Amino acid sequence: MTDFNTIIEAIDSSLNSMMPHSAAVLVECILAAVCAIGAYLVFAIIMIYMERKVCAAFQCRVGPDRVGKWGILQVFSDVFKMLIKEIIDIKNSDRILYNLAPFLVVMSSLITFSCLPFARGLQVLDFNIGIFFIMAASSFGILGILLAGWSSNNKFSMIGAIRSGGQMISYELSMGLSILTLVVLSGSMQISELVEDQTRGWFIFRGHIPAVIAFIMYIISGNAETNRAPFDLPEAESELTAGFHTEYSGMGFGLFYVAEFMNMFIIAGIASTIFLGGWAPFYISGLDGFNEAMCWIPGIVWFLGKTFFVIWLLMWIRWTFPRLRIDQVLVLEWKYMVPIGLLNLLIMTICVVMGWTF
Amino acid sequence: MMEVTFVEIEEFRSTMIHLHRKGMDFLREMIGMDWNEEGLGAIYILENSDTHECTEIAVRTTDRENPELPSVSDLWMVAEFYEREVFDFYGIRFTGHHDLRRLFLRKDWVGHPLRKDYDTSEEINPIRMESEPVEEFSREYDIKDDKELAEKVEKLKILHYDQYTVNIGPQHPATHGVLHFHLSLEGEEVRKVDIHCGYIHRGIEKLCESRTYPQTLAFTDRLDYLSAHQNRHALCMCIENAMGLEVTERVQYIRTIMDELQRIDSHLLMYSCMAMDMGAITGFIYGFREREKILDIMEEVTGGRLIQNYNVIGGVQADITPGFAQKVKEYCNDQKKRIREYYDVFVNNVIFTNRAKGVGVLTRNDAISFGATGGTGRASGWACDVRKRHPYAMYGKVDFKEIIHTGGDSYDRLLVRLEEIMQSIHIIEQLIDNIPEGDFRTKTKPIIKLPEGRFTASVEGSRGEFGVFIESRGDKTPYRMKFRPTGLPLIAAAHKIMKGCKIADLITIGASLDYVIPDIDR
Amino acid sequence: MEMKKPVIKSIPYEEFKDNETLEALIAEINKERTNVVLGRLDDLINWGRSNSLWSLTFATSCCGIEFMSVGASRYDFARFGFEVTRNSPRQADLIMCAGTITHKMAPVLKRLYDQMAEPKYVVAVGGCAISGGPFKGSYHVLNGIDKIIPVDVYIPGCPPRPEAILYGMMQLQRKVKVEKFFGGKNKHQQKGYMPDEPIIVTNCPTEQTNGKDE
Repeated sequence: MTDFNTIIEAIDSSLNSMMPHSAAVLVECILAAVCAIGAYLVFAIIMIYMERKVCAAFQCRVGPDRVGKWGILQVFSDVFKMLIKEIIDIKNSDRILYNLAPFLVVMSSLITFSCLPFARGLQVLDFNIGIFFIMAASSFGILGILLAGWSSNNKFSMIGAIRSGGQMISYELSMGLSILTLVVLSGSMQISELVEDQTRGWFIFRGHIPAVIAFIMYIISGNAETNRAPFDLPEAESELTAGFHTEYSGMGFGLFYVAEFMNMFIIAGIASTIFLGGWAPFYISGLDGFNEAMCWIPGIVWFLGKTFFVIWLLMWIRWTFPRLRIDQVLVLEWKYMVPIGLLNLLIMTICVVMGWTF
Repeated sequence: MMEVTFVEIEEFRSTMIHLHRKGMDFLREMIGMDWNEEGLGAIYILENSDTHECTEIAVRTTDRENPELPSVSDLWMVAEFYEREVFDFYGIRFTGHHDLRRLFLRKDWVGHPLRKDYDTSEEINPIRMESEPVEEFSREYDIKDDKELAEKVEKLKILHYDQYTVNIGPQHPATHGVLHFHLSLEGEEVRKVDIHCGYIHRGIEKLCESRTYPQTLAFTDRLDYLSAHQNRHALCMCIENAMGLEVTERVQYIRTIMDELQRIDSHLLMYSCMAMDMGAITGFIYGFREREKILDIMEEVTGGRLIQNYNVIGGVQADITPGFAQKVKEYCNDQKKRIREYYDVFVNNVIFTNRAKGVGVLTRNDAISFGATGGTGRASGWACDVRKRHPYAMYGKVDFKEIIHTGGDSYDRLLVRLEEIMQSIHIIEQLIDNIPEGDFRTKTKPIIKLPEGRFTASVEGSRGEFGVFIESRGDKTPYRMKFRPTGLPLIAAAHKIMKGCKIADLITIGASLDYVIPDIDR
Repeated sequence: MEMKKPVIKSIPYEEFKDNETLEALIAEINKERTNVVLGRLDDLINWGRSNSLWSLTFATSCCGIEFMSVGASRYDFARFGFEVTRNSPRQADLIMCAGTITHKMAPVLKRLYDQMAEPKYVVAVGGCAISGGPFKGSYHVLNGIDKIIPVDVYIPGCPPRPEAILYGMMQLQRKVKVEKFFGGKNKHQQKGYMPDEPIIVTNCPTEQTNGKDE
């Protein structure tokens, strides 16, 4: 399959020949940023549309279908409307923090998005502690939510923000443990190496039982990290009006809305990267003809296919289960997920040391 | 016709204590009255929850400037709210009541509306656009030594204001309507709850006093709109019994079948709204899908989906259509299969059982003292179904089980209603093929006048016992018409069972109690 | 300048009732000529706005149940893009006032309306919101919400059928489509709305006093 590394090196050398090195670096940075933000927005639009149609399918309804053929222009009309909405200035709020909060959430989301490997060589950020960096970058999204709740000067927002803070900090732990299990299996934290390693078999098959347990734990904690049902207490619609973003209107709310969907994409992307092989095609050792055929499908199609499958799984969970109460959320994490996660890590280590993996 | 025993004020409390000890532990209704020259007062309808024997006691005072009566709120817990309502509408101060504030109207409202000499002019009570003044302290009245009525000097705080107080409502995601919960929180736990009603108080009882009897029928559908048939059935039954009018058996069959269809509709909506409140929006959509099928049947027969205007004095508005029996049977068969789905998707889900089991427990004695009838009472172990206690229409002749659970928590309350759907289908199946021929409407005089006296009738609405009380002076308009709210006892019970729960539990309890606000506020 | 005729999919312009009010509104708005570029930009933005009207969940009585039925799977207003009902007034575009408004609820409604972000619309659903409905003579009922807030579309009925609610929403879409966004006044004072002084909700509680604890 195509190796984007060669294309990128070609662009790099042509830029370096046209202008001094520092200017070339600047141009490259701008290009990378534009591509990342562009991809971010495109996927956000696809995700919002997908959510509405998937939700309608589960609920025996039709979903948007009047705006453009099959309703594909619906999200664009939502975006136009959001852009021109009045941004209300709250009188007694903490101005700086109030305006900063949506940007923090989007920033954390964008940084983690840049680390996803779309195809061989098509990755914005790639260095030796990739996975660890993703975990660190995604955790400062919590700050944005807490600031939003605090600075709105609204009691409901405060309750929503505190619930969210407690929930997200707890589930960081399980997420970290399940990722660590896979790092033990692969031996490296660099994302491109993780995926290269999976070209001879996806980790979820090679790591058999511990990897499957880690996958389930990762899906649950990923759900909790993005505040999606059944963990959507912070914005529990029927309890707290709109939770921590009650006092935001117009673009501020728009940023929270987009960041929620993109966080879901990122969680799914990381799940497909470390468990389901990223852009690596399906590989069964021994069936060379099959593997050859699988390689014809481009890497980006593999990656997006797996990611959207995981997203569909998350949406299915969302539209089926009721909401958990905050004490149940925390009990689930601290009494069940953390001990199981630690035990799983131990089992995986034993398997790797004894060579009991494929 | 109802026989009411009048008691003097001095003997009132001892009579009530005596009756309470004798076993009259269910205060069914308390009706505030303005008898012009004879004074202001109240009628109490009591019932023994074991033997179903009823007594009616009344008491009045001729003092119109500062009327006062003794309170019975320590004997029956629901009296706390009934007396607040009578204070609100008539101005009668109940001595010994711990928290005598207005219930429905604004704190700065001038006058007492249901008095016969109330001035309805705009200048006295304009549309006030200031927020209501917040009352921090409750009020208790007492008779001082020199026989003067005075407010107690020591005041009790309603909520702890040095704690986190939050308002849930009145504008709240659309399920239950406009109810205002004033909470004091400690973290996630609710320390105390104070419920403010009256945001949809439309003054129906006062309006009825200036409408003829056929005109008053229009209001019943709009009270508890999910028991539209049952409410109108109660009022028609009351007027027909008072007039001595017999309806044909065909009418009784039709009324029973439509009541049961309405009950299924309401329980499906309760299930849907509970699912939505808990976050399972798909459950909501599935419940509504089944509900649409009932609405189709009703629309074909009555012309309306929600407000049906079907029962009239003497019968029903129009005969049932020829395909009615076939459609109802098809629907019943379909519903029996679908109900399995509700259990699979929502009720047996581990998240829901953890959130609902053990939450908001209402004991049997509390349920009786609060008068919380309907599914709530039956989930606490109290057999309070009016269809069994005082049978009416065809209920004495069909065979059905009264669903009783003993846990009294939110889970049981949902289970009771889902099982009642199956019982309603069972009743319908016994009746649908045997509807006798006959007139669908008995002819009445164009102007209906009830004889003088007091009349009452009760039916089992979807949410509890719905009672109608009419006091007539022989005119074509009622002197006083009172509807027993099915929801006010539930709100009274909510004050007690919501204490100490978490915010998320408050939502669960509210959804499982299943109140409809226009029915509380009237 | 030729008359702008807003197009709604599947219902031709002539079949809508009350085209006269809409045409009077268009004439009023278009008194001054506008730039072609701004006009085209207006069209684009109005297309976006009319297809994405997010309503505030606000239902007081019986009409609320019909509103919920419109959202359920048989009538499904998600097809139009309206299914996102926001609970916070700051994020909602329109307030669908379904049900009776009483004297106690009036300041609450006005405060909610004031909290909404522009551009905002009001739809009065049901007889009670239009004029008090069957409860018109009561001492506690507001005879129509247009006494306190300006209403854009009235949907009569008691309760209106879900199809009537959808039709009312389509009328609102037409109204949104003819508005000017860049420059020009859009909001017109409706009949009955007190014109000169804005009605402000005062005396909102801010401080509490201390007293004896229970």
